Amino acid sequence: MAVIVFYPLAVGFFQTFTNIDATNQGTRFKPPTWEFVGLQNYIDILTGESTKFYPVLIWTVIWTAVNVFFHYTIGLTLALALNQRFRGRTSYRMILLLPWAVPAYITAISWLFIFNGEYGLLNNILGAFGIPAVAWLSTWPWYYIMPIIVNVWLGIPFMMVVLLGGLQSIPGDLYEAAQMNGATARQSFWNITLPQLKSVSTTVILLGCIWTFNIFVVIFFITGGGPGGKTEILVTYTYNGFTLGQYAIAATYGVLIFSLLLVFSSVYRRMARES
Amino acid sequence: MKMSRRRSVLTHTILIIFAIWSLVPVVWTLLTSFKPESKIFTTEIKLIDDPSLKNYSDLLTRGDFVQWAFNSLFVSIVTTVFAVFLSATCAYAISRFRFRGRSTSMYIFLVAQMFPGVILLIPLFGIFTNLGLIDTPWALILSYATFAIPFCILMLKSFFDTIPYELEEAGRVDGLGVFGTFWRIVIPLSVPGLAVTAFFAFVTAWNEFLFARSFLTSKDALTLPVGMATFIDPFNQPWGLLTAGSVLITIPVMIVFFLAQRFLISGLSTGGVKG
Repeated sequence: MAVIVFYPLAVGFFQTFTNIDATNQGTRFKPPTWEFVGLQNYIDILTGESTKFYPVLIWTVIWTAVNVFFHYTIGLTLALALNQRFRGRTSYRMILLLPWAVPAYITAISWLFIFNGEYGLLNNILGAFGIPAVAWLSTWPWYYIMPIIVNVWLGIPFMMVVLLGGLQSIPGDLYEAAQMNGATARQSFWNITLPQLKSVSTTVILLGCIWTFNIFVVIFFITGGGPGGKTEILVTYTYNGFTLGQYAIAATYGVLIFSLLLVFSSVYRRMARES
Repeated sequence: MKMSRRRSVLTHTILIIFAIWSLVPVVWTLLTSFKPESKIFTTEIKLIDDPSLKNYSDLLTRGDFVQWAFNSLFVSIVTTVFAVFLSATCAYAISRFRFRGRSTSMYIFLVAQMFPGVILLIPLFGIFTNLGLIDTPWALILSYATFAIPFCILMLKSFFDTIPYELEEAGRVDGLGVFGTFWRIVIPLSVPGLAVTAFFAFVTAWNEFLFARSFLTSKDALTLPVGMATFIDPFNQPWGLLTAGSVLITIPVMIVFFLAQRFLISGLSTGGVKG
């Protein structure tokens, strides 16, 4: 366990201080010729000199925030709806869980087909109302919006299930007491439901942020990072560096992503504990 | 509590909208998979058009798809066995014995959830190259077990915690050793927990894309996700094959998912997510 996780991590961390790439890493026939470059990789990236770190970072942050916002709000709405007693509840729950059961890359392929400019379902439906076809994945702002739609679709069931579990563990007498004191439904939502859900919410939002920040397949399949690299997020960008053989730069990106997440999660946890 | 009429209408409207949204890509993919190629590339919307199993027979007689399915199956099963065995023994030790570094190791397993896969990708690629494992299933099995094990340990530990220690003491009085109690008492009692863990490990391996794409090069060695991705070509997309493949890949996961979902949800709320 330690060997298989921590040894590679140590190697990766070590590589960020070198200029190792596909040409100088050495093979069985050729000795390696890479050198130490100290903090040069970090300096290059953080000053925005050799790569476009900041534009990618900004889009990654927007991507994460928008996705998690919709995951949480829609997930909570559905959980509240399902937490009532009515007929057909189980069937709704089964259908709403469906996106979770489909492998993420299959989801991406299905949506790619729906978004297709020439014969995709979306354009065909719009066409039936006389709206001209749109090339969804190469027109501003749709190439930003489409991957978000797909990822929101993917992430809702998890939030819904965990929040539903949270809602069911809130003791019913709290609501009864509120009702006796004349509280409206809205007041009991803000003063009972949300505070009671706090510990579950903070955990799922944190997990949601980490997962969305690191999700690879959605961007990779839907836009491929395009057009012109505009929808690249940090992980896909790192992966491109790796496929181009820029191992040291890609490893440095990896370390930066991990540090960002670590700082974010510790600040987040502290804030959640204080408030 | 009986719902008011207004509230009931609102609840059903919300649930129906999101249920449709969840169903559209899945159902559309399923319907498309039965259409002949000529009816797929059209701007008309027809749910069922000239249905046939041609896409499926084309896919299964191609040979490569069947080969990829075997590869995926092999990788997933070996990963599952490996991950369940290691995490069960490890989680049992953490759950039952007090030793130095016990709580630290639990924290590390949580932090391990934060690593973007890309960080490990680069150093692991180097290590597997040196070991000659690139383009073999073992590179994938080792790395998938790495992702799956921390989460499995967290889940199983919370599961083992719920098994009363008195049962083991009774076993020990009757002359069982440490391994005897583990094997004859703890394991039979934790079948649901082990089932969830196995499901999780299997699905992780079955769906993984990034590592498979990076570590496998020859066409015969590919797993299903990467194999499917080779169908996607910007100029000529064989949607008939893609949708039929999507359906075949999703069906087994979906069956297992709906069987496991009850355990999965209780496992999530007692174990992993609540920390």
